[in-house]
Amino acid sequence: MAVVKDETMSIKSSEDVVRVRQVAREWATAQGLSLVDQTKIVTAASELARNTLDHGGGGTVKLEAINSEARRGLRLTFEDHGPGIPDIELALKDGYSTGSGLGLGLSGARRLSNEFEIFSRVGEGTRVTIARWK
Amino acid sequence: MKPKEEKSRIPEMIARRESDLLADWLQEQLAAATLRGDLMKESELREQSHQFLNLFVRACSQQTGMSDISAPGWEDTREFLSSVSRARAHQGFSPSETATFIFSLKQPLFTLMRQELEGDPRKLADEMWVATALLDKLGLFTTEAYQKGREEVIRRQQQELLELSTPVVVLWEGVLALPLIGTLDSARTQVVMESLLQKIVETGAGIAIIDITGVPTVDTLVAQHLLKTVAAKRLMGADCIISGIRPQIAQTIVHLGVNLADVITKSTLADAFAVALRRAKLVITRAENHG
Amino acid sequence: MERIPILKMGDYLLVTIQVDMHDRLALTLQDDLTEGIARTRARGVLIDISSLEIVDSFIGRMLGNIAAMSRVLDAETVVVGMRPAVAITLVELGLSLPGVRTALNVEQGMRLLQLAGAEQENFNGRGER
Repeated sequence: MAVVKDETMSIKSSEDVVRVRQVAREWATAQGLSLVDQTKIVTAASELARNTLDHGGGGTVKLEAINSEARRGLRLTFEDHGPGIPDIELALKDGYSTGSGLGLGLSGARRLSNEFEIFSRVGEGTRVTIARWK
Repeated sequence: MKPKEEKSRIPEMIARRESDLLADWLQEQLAAATLRGDLMKESELREQSHQFLNLFVRACSQQTGMSDISAPGWEDTREFLSSVSRARAHQGFSPSETATFIFSLKQPLFTLMRQELEGDPRKLADEMWVATALLDKLGLFTTEAYQKGREEVIRRQQQELLELSTPVVVLWEGVLALPLIGTLDSARTQVVMESLLQKIVETGAGIAIIDITGVPTVDTLVAQHLLKTVAAKRLMGADCIISGIRPQIAQTIVHLGVNLADVITKSTLADAFAVALRRAKLVITRAENHG
Repeated sequence: MERIPILKMGDYLLVTIQVDMHDRLALTLQDDLTEGIARTRARGVLIDISSLEIVDSFIGRMLGNIAAMSRVLDAETVVVGMRPAVAITLVELGLSLPGVRTALNVEQGMRLLQLAGAEQENFNGRGER
């Protein structure tokens, strides 16, 4: 998989969340994603950036523009060293039904992305990776 | 320690004997069974070959990185080859017909080099190696560019087909209709739905009727798209009516377990239109018949 | 502190969101609107989101909150101008914005507000507010 460009941004304030949306939008456009696909991944990025800030105590997002033979797209990896999520399955299911910020953001991001991966350990932090292909 | 790269004599040789080389190369191309006289005129071919040689010489004259065609010094050549390949793809050439453009240069070039480097067999061998490696890479590049050109053609044709087969009709002021015909696949449904939503915004239509009379079957994926479109329309502030639902399709939708309570469904487009008019508070009256 | 301007048009309040709001700004808007409705005794609020390219769950919930709070204060809320891509994404997200009425544009939105206001009066059985 050929990563043609990558950049890491820090997420420490709500202005940073806005900045993440803008940069993700620029990259999605550059990768040629359709308007709807752009909107989906930027919205997913917004959810995850907010989670990183509100629940992870701040963190980073790495953006990767990918051009491989098979496909072209954008991958975002959100990482924080916060409290971590004790039961991911529960958060994904629960959050969706109770509308709590963390769960809703996670399940929402999953629904909006082609790929979704999450690693979390209590006391160490959380890493969520999403990708959207053209 | 790697010896300093001896400067290749290829650019200088070509520059000096250009007219001969061009003539030989053209002869090769015209003689090749793969030339499509019906698709391209000889004058056009001559022009393209001439331009390529110029670019080739310029790129080979750079100091370092001559053999790496992805280097910046080769950018002009790459762009030229890309546009030639794309043009040929659009014109209907096959991939090998297109790559022949490059590969047919080998024989004339080697002939030229043999003449120029007659007394120096080692130098000749080196230069032929450089030349063949270069032309192979460029030939492959041409094929890849051709592929991209073909994909563009296919995509454009698909788009045109889609647009032709799914026109959005303005039934009345503020009432749109989208008659879907034929089998729907997921990709087509998505495109169609997005253009309907776009049309709603453009015309400010408060009501949109999706008519699926002409659709024989609807699978679960398509049904989901349909319902998502209805939901999106409501979010945007437009009303939605689905008409022309056959019994089997009704079953599929019910099996999905979706609540159709807030979606108006009618069996015919005519009924749907009547509902739309009522909601838009429009009334049709028959003109009085005098005499 | 930056705020999103709220315009008063007769009995209605009009808000046009043109910037990509960070969370604090959105919360400020929520507060300002609620306070504005109470202070001006507005009958309705029109929120124009035609410039918004992204509406995520936070903004979605903000819109829902505004609708709910204005209803408590006896006013209607209409959101207008949602872009197709945004609508599709919200549906995918599973957000249905309950309690939020929508219209395609400001003109249709105002009509909706006026109609809703008239219905309310008939229901409440009172003429003057």
